Amino acid sequence: MTTTALQNIQTAFPDADCRENMGSVVLTVQPDVLEASLAKLKNDPQFGCSLLLDVTGIDFLTYPTPQPTRFVVVYILRNPENGLQVQVRVPVADPEKGIPSATKLWGSAIWGERETYDQYGIHFQGHHDLRRILNHWQFVGHPLRKDYDIYQGQICYETDPLENEIKARLKYNGIDDTSMAELHTEIMYLNMGPAHPATHGAIRILTALDGETILANVNEIGYLHRGFEKTAEHRTYNQVVPLTDRLNYCSALMNNIAYVKAVESWLGVEITERAKFMRVILSEFFRIQDHLVCLAANLLDIGGLTNYWYLYNQKEASYDFISRLTGGRLTTSFTRIGGMYRDFYEGWQADMEQQLCDIEMGVADSLKLVQKNRIVHDRTQGVCVFPAEKALSYGFTGPCLRASGVPFDLRKIRPYYNYDAFDFSIPVGSQGDVYDRIMVRFEEIYQSASIIRQAMKMVPEGPVFVSNVRVALPPKQEVYSNIEALAGHFKLIFEGVRTPPGEWYDGYEAANGELGFYFVSDGSGTPYKCKVRPPCFYMMGGFHKMIEGSMIADVIANLGSLNIIGGELDR
Amino acid sequence: MALGIEARLGEGFLTTKLDAVLNWGRENSLWPYVFGTACCAIEFMSTAASQFDIARFGAEVLRYSPRQADLLMVCGTISYKQAPILKRIYDQMSEPKWVVSVGACASTGGMYDNYCTVQGIDTVIPVDVYVAGCPPRPEAILDALLKIQDKVRGESVLNDRQKDFKGIFD
Repeated sequence: MTTTALQNIQTAFPDADCRENMGSVVLTVQPDVLEASLAKLKNDPQFGCSLLLDVTGIDFLTYPTPQPTRFVVVYILRNPENGLQVQVRVPVADPEKGIPSATKLWGSAIWGERETYDQYGIHFQGHHDLRRILNHWQFVGHPLRKDYDIYQGQICYETDPLENEIKARLKYNGIDDTSMAELHTEIMYLNMGPAHPATHGAIRILTALDGETILANVNEIGYLHRGFEKTAEHRTYNQVVPLTDRLNYCSALMNNIAYVKAVESWLGVEITERAKFMRVILSEFFRIQDHLVCLAANLLDIGGLTNYWYLYNQKEASYDFISRLTGGRLTTSFTRIGGMYRDFYEGWQADMEQQLCDIEMGVADSLKLVQKNRIVHDRTQGVCVFPAEKALSYGFTGPCLRASGVPFDLRKIRPYYNYDAFDFSIPVGSQGDVYDRIMVRFEEIYQSASIIRQAMKMVPEGPVFVSNVRVALPPKQEVYSNIEALAGHFKLIFEGVRTPPGEWYDGYEAANGELGFYFVSDGSGTPYKCKVRPPCFYMMGGFHKMIEGSMIADVIANLGSLNIIGGELDR
Repeated sequence: MALGIEARLGEGFLTTKLDAVLNWGRENSLWPYVFGTACCAIEFMSTAASQFDIARFGAEVLRYSPRQADLLMVCGTISYKQAPILKRIYDQMSEPKWVVSVGACASTGGMYDNYCTVQGIDTVIPVDVYVAGCPPRPEAILDALLKIQDKVRGESVLNDRQKDFKGIFD
């Protein structure tokens, strides 16, 4: 598929440099033709890249091979129907002058470009709201530039008032002082968070209200920015695995798998069949865990406390299985490049089957309370509707995009780990309201349980680690008895797994949507750059579009249904 | 049988120390404000859920208004962006108040030794009990609660708590 896609793109862009790289087409264009190229990729039906997955920058200051420019901006696009993946690279001659913005084409570019500006100091011409997003407003410098010292912390003395931003947003929505004077009322400003029980972590939601109706909304994130990407540049590839646990901590093992999958694909390492099945089983089990927490918290927030007990108790019960398998409750760190940390324990099938039965019982109990409940229907149906077109523009993926009626799932359109061998369906919503987002998650729990049961019947015996000495640690017995294994062990621990120089992107269907990793390697055992494409970052970027015009109480219901996880949002 | 002043005043009177009666009330009805930012907050959810049940120790009344709370539980990483908010919430709580630093990040910065993470919340506010772990198990969080109760028992209304503390914002 990609070879024909490559030819088509080459024909459409005769002047641009076009390559194929790990299942995606990489296109290098100059800034003056960037807008036209992106527009063509989006609007031309033969490409149909209606999803802008991610925007990021690269700083080549200390890269061993000289590059034409110090900075490059990368736009990662996807066609949600056939899975075509395109990376558009733009060299940036002068970061102060910058490159044209893509905000006219995609809503997701607003936050994507803001992050690139914040982290790399690259300007985007025509961006209406280019300011910091992850770092605080009193921060000086750009942390992901190679000449910024990782330890150079900067104290923030005051929080950003956001007064200008909310006024600008009101103006954009066509509301000024005169329109309020006609109604003999004043705009009320209400600030929720960043320390608010319903914000699920630290998010600041600033609203301008007319009574209880939201006229304008501005959101601020970055309160849990922990410097994942900068820290990853100072760790070997395997040392990054524990950091990935803490991205989406409700489904830590899925992050582990997504990360090592991205590195293995670039290395060309084919993991063993048993490891593949283990990854499928554990992915789906953690997808269920993630949905349980999301639903428990969402229903709790709109007043259904009983659901919290039914759903969260099942999650608590599955910690028994998870701790016995991985040694940890929440932060699993269970994968390594080239396989799994260890095999399943003896008799795991019975435990897993028991867990699944318990979970199905808890979910059924909760559904009995929810499905025909008038209060739940009134609070969720037709609330914060987000049609498919808008959801795609804002870079939604996962259950929230499927709730808007787009059957986009990487497990179906770009299957990995034998997902094409399993019989499962993709639940989609019809409206794109809070109710659909809740119900899609409920149904996905059943689908995931079905995949686990199929996989449990098919899982083969065998090793869980590849025997490639350049990737996997040799068995301890050999390390102690022969010099080659000892040297191999030493090199892997000290230098890390060496990857060939280059850049690549790899996506994975996590519980919240497409979790992608964009890497730049300089040939060493440490990533030169490691960028996460977090699914909920872009959903939060579209949040204001969902709640403007709704009631203030709907904010809580909607935020819960999006499943915003701080660790992944702010990294 | 009542003795001394209790005998003179009759039934229904009991003499004790002011500190003892106040502390008895305080230690068994701590109202926590959960400053949950990250992974540790998920473990706090487990602590509050029915299997571990924080209500057994009288601390189930979670107050999300700092003015109604007397125990600040900082669950998760505090970044420099978050630090002024933490300080403000601490200042808004009325005395007497106690602080638990839950997990490695809140206590020391944890695995995030970098440009955006505060290296321990005790540079911002005074801390009474530190809980180790990344994240700590619910039992460890409950143990911290018991330690706080021990501390409360030793307090006196005549002494001010933490008046000499100087953090980065003081």
